[in-house]
Parts: sequence; structure tokens; C-alpha cells
Amino acid sequence: MRILVPLKRVPDPYARIRLNADGSDIETTGLKFEINPFDEIAVEEAVRIKERATCEIVVVSIGKPVCEEQLRKALAIGADRALLVETDAAFDSLGIAKVLNGVMDREKPDMVIMGKQAIDDDNNQVGQMLAAIRGLPQATFASEVALSGNSVSVTRETDTGQETLEMPLPAIITTDLRLNEPRYIALPGIIKARNKPLDRISLADLGVDPECRVRVTELRQPPPRKAGRKVDSVDELIAALRDEARVIR
Amino acid sequence: MAILLLIALDASDAVPLAAFAKSYGKPFDILCFLGEGPAGLGAERVLAANLDAPPPADALANGLKGLCEGYAVVAGAASMFGKDYLPRLAAALDRPMVSDVTEVHDANTFTRPMYAGNFLARVQVDSERFVVSVRTTAFSEPDREGLSAVEAISLPFDGPTRRVSVSESGGGRPDLTQARVVVSGGRPIRDAETFEKLIGGLADLLGGAAGATRAVVDNGIAPNELQVGQTGKVVAPDLYIAAGISGSTQHVAGMKDSKVIVAINTDPAAPIFEFADYGLVQDLHTAIPEMMDKLRS
Ligand SMILES: Cc1cc2nc3c(=O)[nH]c(=O)nc-3n(C[C@H](O)[C@H](O)[C@H](O)COP(=O)(O)OP(=O)(O)OC[C@H]3O[C@@H](n4cnc5c(N)ncnc54)[C@H](O)[C@@H]3O)c2cc1C
Ligand SMILES: Nc1ncnc2c1ncn2[C@@H]1O[C@H](COP(=O)(O)O)[C@@H](O)[C@H]1O
Repeated sequence: MRILVPLKRVPDPYARIRLNADGSDIETTGLKFEINPFDEIAVEEAVRIKERATCEIVVVSIGKPVCEEQLRKALAIGADRALLVETDAAFDSLGIAKVLNGVMDREKPDMVIMGKQAIDDDNNQVGQMLAAIRGLPQATFASEVALSGNSVSVTRETDTGQETLEMPLPAIITTDLRLNEPRYIALPGIIKARNKPLDRISLADLGVDPECRVRVTELRQPPPRKAGRKVDSVDELIAALRDEARVIR
Repeated sequence: MAILLLIALDASDAVPLAAFAKSYGKPFDILCFLGEGPAGLGAERVLAANLDAPPPADALANGLKGLCEGYAVVAGAASMFGKDYLPRLAAALDRPMVSDVTEVHDANTFTRPMYAGNFLARVQVDSERFVVSVRTTAFSEPDREGLSAVEAISLPFDGPTRRVSVSESGGGRPDLTQARVVVSGGRPIRDAETFEKLIGGLADLLGGAAGATRAVVDNGIAPNELQVGQTGKVVAPDLYIAAGISGSTQHVAGMKDSKVIVAINTDPAAPIFEFADYGLVQDLHTAIPEMMDKLRS
């Protein structure tokens, strides 16, 4: 079996992010980058599947050569092989899904596990779009994945609780926070990862050239909340909520 | 060309979605998956698919595709349910999609939050036809007008995925995203019983909903559907009470548009106080029971 895990290089979720001088984008100087946390959960899940069954894990990232850092990290976690689809171009989610569709044509995976959402653009779109393009079943926001033979059973988080879906493979699964806790990467893994294959390919190699039809034209800071105040006691809090803010009776 | 609003699980989504559609000044239709469609929001047509339960996303997108071809803009709520099927529908239609729209500038330009709400992005869609998920908390009541008759419609929902079970904790409290008051608890709450007694108890006294941080949900103390934040639910109640919550970017992303924010935290330097209208530096285990006593009397 082959599992494909797409992963995106994103700013460290705990970093403080600023705008650049002309406000056209975020300031990246000095910013730490990581594997998108949901994608790291996806890599971890694939590795756990591999620990129980024979399979090959291929990780893929679309972007500039620096994405190799994140691909190497995924190899250190336990992926077998990495692909960098090297490009400077910006894509919208549908564009990324079309590139991944090209990667699927080439790799023919039995399953794709990926993040539900990139924590920079917060789109939550690519997995669902890829599933539609390939006409494959999807299970988003997964908190549990169980393989049996040629099908997979996925428990997913919903607005009101959880539900379990069953679908034939190949299928696309997107991860939620409760699926697993990614392992700490030990030194031997990092050393071993240096010798694992990492191939660079171009959009032309995949025969894809998607347009970008959703563009960010400006980023700005939301208006700050006006400063509040500390109260000294529960009595003062209740009085303030009743008489000043008038939000309770 | 007209707009189609998709009302998935929650009929009350029709109100903010109609407000979204009206900001275009173009005619719009409504399709309700469950039950009768809402009349009186100014839709040209109200269609009802009369499903018992909405099918999984693959069948849903298959069934909706044909109908949606006839509309320039297709929009639904950015609930977890909407986030599941709307992008799939967009790709099935080969259309781009804009997620979590909070403001409409013109026919092709929107505002949406990015980077956990740290920035508001102005986003332009270079296409006449696209799909939008709307952040319902950002749109209010549209003018009520006219009555539209509801027409039944039958759509070909079919797909390879089977839903084998559903588990819902329910609990009888108002829905988080619609409640007027939300009381949320953070990491210092150590067990489900305390969560229910303090967070649930205070929420009940105020007629509100209970919420939680990721820490509490990860610890198995509150169910996943109560997680408020960047990757959970986004709420904007009149009153949000954050008890034992540090104020991480990811949590704040889900609650900072609340009208009045109260923080109860033992650490006077906790970042949550930068967002709070009223801050109380106290242990939540004593502050909340005292608050409940005083509200009762
Ligand atoms: C990819 C990703 C997605 C995430 N998505 C979300 C999300 O959607 N929602 C979310 O909430 N988080 C999310 N997080 C997690 C987030 O970064 C924080 O870790 C989390 O919000 C912290 O929860 P907390 O405030 O309960 O805990 P902590 O940060 O540990 O804060 C606990 C607070 O309680 C105070 N305290 C301690 N004891 C008491 C007491 N007895 N009485 C009163 N106060 C007390 C402490 O001073 C402290 O400020 C995400 C993280 C990542 C990486
Ligand atoms: N440039 C990229 N390279 C590889 N995978 C990506 C890229 N962008 C997005 N993805 C994948 O798509 C998921 C959802 O992203 P999004 O729809 O942008 O929130 C991410 O978690 C990744 O798995």
C-alpha cells in the first residue's frame, strides 16, 4: 500500500506574526517555519499505519526549495520518500488540489492523509477539492482511522459530536487535532532521513499549470479591542455586567 | 446571474446568509436540505430538498452540482458541516472558493480572516462563478420582506461513502455559535464533573452555552464540539466569560468578536486580559461558585 501525505511549510503557530513594511504580506525575516501542525499529525498517522502494515509513505510539498526543510523533517518522523514540486508561483486551493491531482496520477496512492487546514491561510479546502477532482470518497476532520482490507472507517468531528464513515479505498482523509499526538523526533531518525530520497519535480513534469483565481490584495490588522479594566471582586464584576455593560439581568 | 444560498443543518443560518446575499443587491434563491425553507427573507424561490439527514459530502456534492451550475455565486455557512461539503462542491464545479467571508466589498471582493485572525485579508476572486463559505456571526439581520412559496425539489444524492454511526452529546444547552452568552473553561479544569458544575452551571444560570479550549478537549474533559478557536468554532455572543484561559492566539481567534469579554485568571499577566473588558484575578474554583450564588439570589 502507498500513502501520500501532502504537507505545507507554514509559520510556527506560536510565533508572533507581523506585516512587512508595505503591508503586502507577512514579514518573514527571522520567522520560524514548521510543517503545518495538521500535516504533521497526518505524517504521524501514516507512520503509525506503517508500523502495523506494509506500506510506503510519500510526502509531497508544493513550493520553494526551502520546503525541503519540512520534507526532511517528515522523513525523520518516518516517511520513506519525499517529492518537492518546485515552484515560485502562488496558487489558490483549487490550484494546489490540481497539482496534487497530478502527483496522484504519478504516485497512484491508495490513501491520502493530509491536514484539514493550513494554519496560515486557514482555508480548509484542499483535501475536499482533491477528493472531488478525483471522484474519491473523503473523510474530513478525522479523529480515528481504522483500515480493514480495501476499505477504511473514519471517525470524524462534527458540529454536534462525532460520526463514523466507511468508504472504499482509495480515499482522502483530512486530520483533526485529536487524531494523534506527533512523536518527538529522535536523532537517529534525523540522521537516517538525510539518506532518504527527495526528488525535485516541476509543474511541467506533472503536466499541470493551474490558474490562481483567488488573490489576497491586502492584509491589515483588525481594529484592536479597546482596553478594559480589572475588577476587584465578584460583586464588582456582577455590578459591571448588570449596570454598565447590561449583558446580564 | 443569481445567487444560491444553501441551508444545511441549521435553518437559522438562512438569516445571516440572506444578509450576505443582500449585500450584492442581486436576486437570490434558497435551498434547504432539511425541513421547510424560511419564508420572508426576500428570496425569489425557496427550494426544499426534504432530506431526513444530509448525506456525506461526496453524495451531497454530486447531488447539488447540476442545480448549482445555474447560479453564479453559491454560498453556505462556514460551519464544520459547510467546511466539509462546500469545497468539494466548488471543485466539482471547477470553481474557486473563498472561505469564512466576514464582509462583502463588491461582487468579487471580500474580507476574510487569515493567520488565526491576526490579519484581515482583502481577497479578490478573478471569476464570475465561485463558491463562498460565510461566517454567520459576521452578518446580522437582513430586512424582512415578501413571502416566498416553498417548492419541493428532488436531487440525485449518491456517493460511495456510508455513514455507519453518529454520536452526539447534546446536553440541552443552546448552540455555541448562536448563544447570547458563552462561558468557556480552560486547562485548570481537571475533570468533566467540575467542568459541568462550574462552566455548565454558570452557562445555565445565564441562559448560555458552554465552550472550552483545545487543552480541555484534548484532555477528554469536554467534547470536541465545544472547542472555540481558530480550528474549532467561532463565536460572537453578547457576553463571553473565559475562565482559566491564557488567551492563546488560536483561542482568541474564535472569540474576540464577542461584544463583552470577561476573563477570570489567577495570573494577572495572562494575555487574555489584553482582550477582556472586565478582568478578575482570582481562582475560578472560588470565583465561579461565588458568582453562581450571587446570581441566584
Ligand atoms: C494547530 C493548532 C490549532 C489550535 N487550535 C486551537 C483552537 O481552536 N482552540 C483553542 O482553544 N486552542 C487551540 N490551540 C491550542 C492553543 O495554542 C493553546 O494551547 C490553548 O488554547 C491553551 O488552552 P488554555 O488557555 O486552556 O491553557 P493554558 O494556556 O495552559 O492556560 C491556562 C490558564 O489558566 C490560568 N489558571 C491556572 N489555574 C487557574 C485557576 N485555578 N483559576 C483561574 N485561572 C487559572 C493560568 O494562569 C493560564 O493563564 C491550537 C494549537 C495548535 C498548534
Ligand atoms: N503548498 C502546499 N503543498 C503541499 N500541501 C499543501 C499545500 N497547501 C496546502 N496543502 C495541503 O492542504 C491542506 C489544507 O490546506 P488549506 O485548504 O489551504 O487550508 C494542508 O493541510 C496541506 O496538507
